[in-house]
Amino acid sequence: MSTSGQDVWVYVEHLKGEVLGHTYELLGKGREVAGALGGRLVAVLAGSAVQPLASTLGVADSVLCIEDAGLAEFTPEGHGAVLRALAEKDPPRLMLFGATSAGMDLAALTSATMGIPLVVNCKEIGIEDDRVVVTSQMCGGKLLGEVETGGNMVALTVLPGAFPSQKGLSDRAPTVQNLPSPVPLEGVRTRVTRLLEPEAGDVDITRAPVLIAVGRGIQRQDNLPLAEELAGLLGGAVCASRPVIDQGWLPLTRQVGKSGMVVKPKFYLALGISGASEHVEGMKDSELTIAVNSDPRAPIFDVADYGVAADMFDVLPILTEELRARKPSAP
Amino acid sequence: MNIAVLLSMVPDLVEELEIAPSGVALDTQWLRYLLSESDDHALEQALLLKERYGGKVTALALDRGEAEEALYTALARGADEAVKLTGIPEEGWGKRAAAAVVGAVLKESAPDLILTGVQAIDDMDGHMAGALAGILGLPFVGVTRSVDAPGAGKVLVQKEYPGGMAAEIEVDLPAVIGVLSAPQPPRYVPVARIREARKTRTISEREAPSVAAPEGLVIRRLFKPEPAERAEMLDGTPEEMARQIVTILENRGLVR
Ligand SMILES: Cc1cc2nc3c(=O)[nH]c(=O)nc-3n(C[C@H](O)[C@H](O)[C@H](O)COP(=O)(O)OP(=O)(O)OC[C@H]3O[C@@H](n4cnc5c(N)ncnc54)[C@H](O)[C@@H]3O)c2cc1C
Ligand SMILES: Nc1ncnc2c1ncn2[C@@H]1O[C@H](COP(=O)(O)O)[C@@H](O)[C@H]1O
Repeated sequence: MSTSGQDVWVYVEHLKGEVLGHTYELLGKGREVAGALGGRLVAVLAGSAVQPLASTLGVADSVLCIEDAGLAEFTPEGHGAVLRALAEKDPPRLMLFGATSAGMDLAALTSATMGIPLVVNCKEIGIEDDRVVVTSQMCGGKLLGEVETGGNMVALTVLPGAFPSQKGLSDRAPTVQNLPSPVPLEGVRTRVTRLLEPEAGDVDITRAPVLIAVGRGIQRQDNLPLAEELAGLLGGAVCASRPVIDQGWLPLTRQVGKSGMVVKPKFYLALGISGASEHVEGMKDSELTIAVNSDPRAPIFDVADYGVAADMFDVLPILTEELRARKPSAP
Repeated sequence: MNIAVLLSMVPDLVEELEIAPSGVALDTQWLRYLLSESDDHALEQALLLKERYGGKVTALALDRGEAEEALYTALARGADEAVKLTGIPEEGWGKRAAAAVVGAVLKESAPDLILTGVQAIDDMDGHMAGALAGILGLPFVGVTRSVDAPGAGKVLVQKEYPGGMAAEIEVDLPAVIGVLSAPQPPRYVPVARIREARKTRTISEREAPSVAAPEGLVIRRLFKPEPAERAEMLDGTPEEMARQIVTILENRGLVR
């Protein structure tokens, strides 16, 4: 493997003409890590007509802006080929990707094609005597691994929410280096044919002031009315974690998390949800979170303000009863 | 279409995870390994494609934990062949080493489509699908919620993005797809059918080929996070806890 420099690269993710918020979290942490390594922070921005986005990346020492019609929509193959060609020419020490739909694909592919190590789902990155030491989260948040990477190039995917985005924002105008694609893209075997918007027509959970969220712990579709009733009493809506959506018990529009909605209600009640990072990134900024989970070690309790380690089917009926009794119109 | 589905076994989180005395691995004595959830969806996706367009589904698993159970279940659900790769070290492999081994096997069998889960809960040094694609030099898309094959020589997938967005992507075959979920929940087969598969079907065994392990990482330690670092835990009977929740909501003006 080629020896690498000390630069830190951040792969800039964008969708429909906007940089994803998570990219600024990477840039903020990348700034700090690049300082410790004595390298530069480089934002890698690939797409078609994306140069206007570069102005928001001023935290970086420079922006590598690669424009090509073949990069207009993300494909792991197309964007991966560009990244690889750039990194082979001027090897960075560290490549940071979001642990996102695009980031995880690109990181896994790049690591294998370039033969460089990858650590996924990182929530901590440090430099110790020129060694990059990271903490990776596993097992739905129940296990952490501290990993040391060697002296050469390494790729990381970083959990959304692990670092503040504030440090990645700057008013400074960055130095932009415009480049054509370093590789031909006509032969790419993956083509985006269209973007699909979320289905409309159902409840907009991003606007509900109160969300009653159900996870796998709800066990059966028949149990959903328990949550619906509580939501009705509090003037809110029912949302869910992925397994509930996958079962087809609620429409995709009710999903909270990485591939669902990001919500910030006044009150989020998590019922039978373990608190996997993919779920947490969609609800962590709720004003008040209460979690009910029969497992006292469930990671959701690290996110909640109040925790109830109990069977939801013991607590829920009483909670509903108490609230119904408080209604002025209650019989 | 020949479809290979890779089934990986991951720790069952219902059991308490214990760390081995070495401090850098899980204590396998206390572990139960189950089929990874997104691999279960990958198998469902493969079976849906086969039902719709014909072809053959081969399930492939590294011999670890309940791999045999998963393979017989796959046969009972409709897979045509099941292959178990033997000679796996007790502590397992990292994802990249596992991908190198599986990649060597798949290079020989050369299926049209390789499906596997996009992520497993024990991923640390990589994700299987992307790693396989890199090793085999095949096109790849991960985080899909549906895979269809309306035309010859390609598949049409839906890749999920934040906020409920998705991209429809055409992928030339052969290809590797990292499945997040199938368009419908994984089908259930009665235990009797799995028992029957155990009697009437066979799992072919193959010694895992030895391949150069990719440059690794040094795991310094595995550890469990401190429990409940943030939440204030309520206590008492369910009644008492429910009333405390009501009080919290009332104090915040959330009870209307
Ligand atoms: C690329 C990718 C994207 C993803 N996107 C999302 C996403 O957008 N949203 C999302 O939610 N997930 C997403 N996931 C899945 C995520 O990793 C988790 O698998 C999922 O969040 C787990 O859902 P859960 O907490 O409901 O189920 P589990 O993790 O199975 O947890 C169920 C919990 O219920 C508790 N429980 C069981 N019975 C009871 C009871 N009677 N009373 C109280 N508690 C009980 C259990 O103790 C357990 O903690 C994604 C995964 C990937 C790989
Ligand atoms: N995108 C898809 N991927 C895989 N299977 C599908 C897809 N769409 C439909 N199917 C399955 O194909 C079968 C026939 O579908 P249809 O031809 O639409 O009636 C059904 O069992 C569907 O579940």
